[in-house]
Amino acid sequence: MRSVRTALVALTALAMVGLSGCGDDSSDQPAGGDGVSGQLTVFAAASLTESFTRIGQDFEAAQGVKVIFNFAGSSALATQINEGAPADVFASAAPANMDTVLDAGNGDGEPVTFARNQLVIAVPKGNPDGVTSLSDLTKPDAKVALCAEQVPCGAAAGKALDAAGVALTPVTLERDVKAALAKVRLGEVDAALVYRTDARAATTDVDGIEFPESAEAINDYPIVVLKDAANKAAARAFLEYVRSDTGRNVLTTAGFQVP
Amino acid sequence: MALLLPAGLGLLFLVLPLVGLLARAPWSTLPQRLTEPAVLAALRLSVQSATLATVLCLALGVPLAWLLARVQFPGRRLVRALVTVPLVLPPVVGGVALLLVFGRRGLVGSWLDATFGITLPFTTTAVVLAEAFVAMPFLIIAVEGALRGADTRYEEAAATLGAGRWTTFTHVTLPLVAPGVAAGAVLCWARALGEFGATITFAGNYPGRTQTMPVAVYLALETDLEAAIVLSLILLTVSVVILASLRDRWISG
Amino acid sequence: MSEPAGARLLDAHLVVERGDFRLDLPLTINPGEVVALLGPNGAGKTTALRALAGLLPLSAGHLTLAGREWDHPDRRVWIPTERRPIGVVFQDYLLFPHLTALDNVAFGPRRHGLGRQQARQRAADWLTRMGLAAHARRKPRQLSGGQAQRVALARALAVEPALLLLDEPLAALDAGTRLDTRAQLHRHLAAHTGATLLVTHDPLDALVLADRLVIIEDGHVVQEGDAATITARPRTDYVARLVGLNLYRGRAAGQRVRLSADFGLTTGDRHDGEVFVAFPPSAVALHPRQPDGSPRNTWPATIAGVQRHGDNLRIQLNGPIEVAADVTPAAAAQLRLVPGQRVWAAVKAAETRAYPAG
Repeated sequence: MRSVRTALVALTALAMVGLSGCGDDSSDQPAGGDGVSGQLTVFAAASLTESFTRIGQDFEAAQGVKVIFNFAGSSALATQINEGAPADVFASAAPANMDTVLDAGNGDGEPVTFARNQLVIAVPKGNPDGVTSLSDLTKPDAKVALCAEQVPCGAAAGKALDAAGVALTPVTLERDVKAALAKVRLGEVDAALVYRTDARAATTDVDGIEFPESAEAINDYPIVVLKDAANKAAARAFLEYVRSDTGRNVLTTAGFQVP
Repeated sequence: MALLLPAGLGLLFLVLPLVGLLARAPWSTLPQRLTEPAVLAALRLSVQSATLATVLCLALGVPLAWLLARVQFPGRRLVRALVTVPLVLPPVVGGVALLLVFGRRGLVGSWLDATFGITLPFTTTAVVLAEAFVAMPFLIIAVEGALRGADTRYEEAAATLGAGRWTTFTHVTLPLVAPGVAAGAVLCWARALGEFGATITFAGNYPGRTQTMPVAVYLALETDLEAAIVLSLILLTVSVVILASLRDRWISG
Repeated sequence: MSEPAGARLLDAHLVVERGDFRLDLPLTINPGEVVALLGPNGAGKTTALRALAGLLPLSAGHLTLAGREWDHPDRRVWIPTERRPIGVVFQDYLLFPHLTALDNVAFGPRRHGLGRQQARQRAADWLTRMGLAAHARRKPRQLSGGQAQRVALARALAVEPALLLLDEPLAALDAGTRLDTRAQLHRHLAAHTGATLLVTHDPLDALVLADRLVIIEDGHVVQEGDAATITARPRTDYVARLVGLNLYRGRAAGQRVRLSADFGLTTGDRHDGEVFVAFPPSAVALHPRQPDGSPRNTWPATIAGVQRHGDNLRIQLNGPIEVAADVTPAAAAQLRLVPGQRVWAAVKAAETRAYPAG
């Protein structure tokens, strides 16, 4: 299923890029202000889909570079890059997956952390059970969804619960953060630990309750230019653009913290 | 020759991925990985739930196949098309659909919750339901085919001897189509054993309760490719052994 | 139709309409009587049997057994197959392949309320009566054709049916087995106290096994009666062929019967008006030239075909009338009888029979 979704996301991204490219006939246009041009391929974590799509559009408009995204799970992206997929930039949702790429010698220079994500308690809109802290989730009939420990949001949840000293028995360990969130939206669970960005993207159905222990389980998002990048100039420009005020604004709106 | 070449290619296409798994299997650490309690728990749950799902499919699917094969009623074509819905529906969507019906807020689930205090999601029952939903068409199609191929005059003969519909069905029709039912049940079981999308969506994932082998394989893939390969090999071995033995006893015999 | 109504066990008027085909068959059978329903393929024999068994509903008419209505569309009466006291022997027997001979026979009694042991005991008795006690544990596929036929008969009789229906019961057997089995079947049918309907296209089965023959063509009764009447006085070409007679229809004036504008025969019987004239092929003599002397019926003919018929040859002749003639192989050789050959045919008046057609 994962690969199907990946393919769909990739196709959607390609279609979006293709459509926007049709309008401005960009391939023959003169390069933008900073002297970069051509085409840029960015492999980015799935949780960046909304914010990077937005940043990409702004970047295209400002720089005249056509940006193609491949959004997928960070571990899948790391594998693809190490297997030789043609990418210029890698933005990961976790340092571990970045290390996979760096250890294989596929990075160009040091990665930089451009965003941080942290957990919130996602509850149905209006917070009917009045949840305010992690300990509220241990009530006998409370049904809670966590991410499986194998995926980043699950590992983060484990850390936060340890830090709070809360022993929580979830009803399910979901495969990824979106699946955990979906269980809240469908009303099958009373709460789930998800990233603030995901809760914010689902704001019509859920509320995100902040809790102090989430500070113990902050997820860093590193980004790097890849060694085999075909368009290194554009790649560096994109990195800078992500960390510019415009980029930071988009990320903050999505619920990320920016350093 | 014109048939052998594509036939050989077809076999190769099906078997090569298996070879790939075998080639990458971590043979040295295999014994200790096999005996991990989590692995055994997932395996046991998978076999149990696939078997229960097959029993459920037999109990509901055989009568439905009989209805489709033997009873003329308006809308039969539509019903037959509806039966195949789970075949084309992506299993994840099937899982969501099950949640919308049997979930805590679902059409039937909310009633179950209010009346009996039963909630199905995140239970082993949910695993069985998800597997049965996805696997039942395999059983129905096989049994309906067998029923259509069977000589209905035997049923007429039974009627002339005083047997009503039910007795005729249990004493004559079912024994006559037993090989077809067995083949359908085997297919159904195999499909249930490998079920992933509907299960993880409807039943979630919790070790010992709802974590079946395919779900365990999927999660292992996130961090540990070798563990995923080992789990897949176990699943393959168990299913091949069981299917081969069932085939000999039920179908050829 | 002259029997007193009380004697009838089966009283039916079977009307079944399917597409262009219409079966319209009045039928009565007395207790212990065996009626053969005879007719060519497609005449509606099997349709009639299925209607009696309840495997096919009547379109109109009625079906009553022992005073109880089974099917009466006008009154919306319908007794389903499984509640009719019938026994059916199907053309290819339809023994349940997954059951032993014993369990096949015990199936009916079990459904009629007997316990497992009682049903098996009755089945064993019936198999013994059929001389099949040694084969009780065999599956149908391990039985010979004749054995399977007898198991099928035992299965049908074991429910002690008020109406026994036999659909071409001997058709699947080879000639040798058929002779034996026919004799056995005759014995069992004679012992059966209910009504029996035998559907067949084989006149010999009908003549040997049945007390009365009902002959249908295209859904309608064309002749009905006992064997002697039907063999002596066929009324349609189909019946005449069945009983092996040449049959013509004509207008009689005394002994002379006019068959067409320019052809007539002299017969042994005297009638006036529409008559049938019948004579056996063996009564036809063939001559290379026009014979003179005693036979008063002679005519020129052309040989259309030659077939073996028992020990003799049957010669098909064209001419003013189409005629079958039986000759010995010696005579055939002497006359050099080959298709296309012209000969003279002769029939003695005394060997022809005329009877009213009205």
